[in-house]
Amino acid sequence: MLTVAFYSASAVALVSTVMVVVNTNPVHALLYLVVSLLAVATVCFTLGAPFAGALEIIIYAGAIMVLFVFVVMTLNLGEKTVVQERQWMTGRRFVGPMLLSAVLLAELIVILWPAGELTPAGAQTITPKMVGIALYGPYLLIVELASMLLLGGLVAAYHLGRHQE
Amino acid sequence: MVDALPMEHGLVLAAAMFALGLAGVLTRRNALFMMMGAEIMMNSAALAFVVGGARWAVADGQVMFVLVLTLQAAEACVGLALVIQLYRRFRSLDVDAASTMRG
Repeated sequence: MLTVAFYSASAVALVSTVMVVVNTNPVHALLYLVVSLLAVATVCFTLGAPFAGALEIIIYAGAIMVLFVFVVMTLNLGEKTVVQERQWMTGRRFVGPMLLSAVLLAELIVILWPAGELTPAGAQTITPKMVGIALYGPYLLIVELASMLLLGGLVAAYHLGRHQE
Repeated sequence: MVDALPMEHGLVLAAAMFALGLAGVLTRRNALFMMMGAEIMMNSAALAFVVGGARWAVADGQVMFVLVLTLQAAEACVGLALVIQLYRRFRSLDVDAASTMRG
């Protein structure tokens, strides 16, 4: 049951990610990206990481993607963008980067593939309580650094988003 | 729980998603689509952390996942502000339009 969920969610994640990369309509690409994130969240749940899966849905699919959708709505990208993307997406332009990415992926898979038997993972569920204890125990300094990063992001977004005369 | 999933398959999934995001960043000229590619790449890195944490049954993988999520939020804020500025100045999301920066 868990195995079926894992592999089907992986397939959904890969297919929707391909659709994000080749899509010409920004809104459709964003919706495919949301599907991809939900599939990754399912993978997290099957791997015994419910906290990560919930955060993926709440913060990523819920907050960050809504930000993207708002920006697309603000920019009012319509039929014009789709036509322009179609013009840019010629086959010749696709070959080089796709080939390079495929070579990198093949190398990664060769490195990751085990010589012997597969290693089991996710046999034990990591509860949010364990994550919280680790986060506010040994990783406390990194939590502070993350808050500084968010403050920096806030200031930079405010500065860059201003109207300039 | 009796049946555990193979760690390698999870890592290969993360690697495949990373390669797809990289291809997206390399092939696209639209700034918004390039940002989506970057988001895919970071998401796959976060997934690799979760898989690693599940392999050793420790919470550290998910701690790193939370931190990557924070980074993604900050990156999305700054990146989308830049996209809006790009559109405001050039009336286009073509990143090549910003190749001539004046000051």
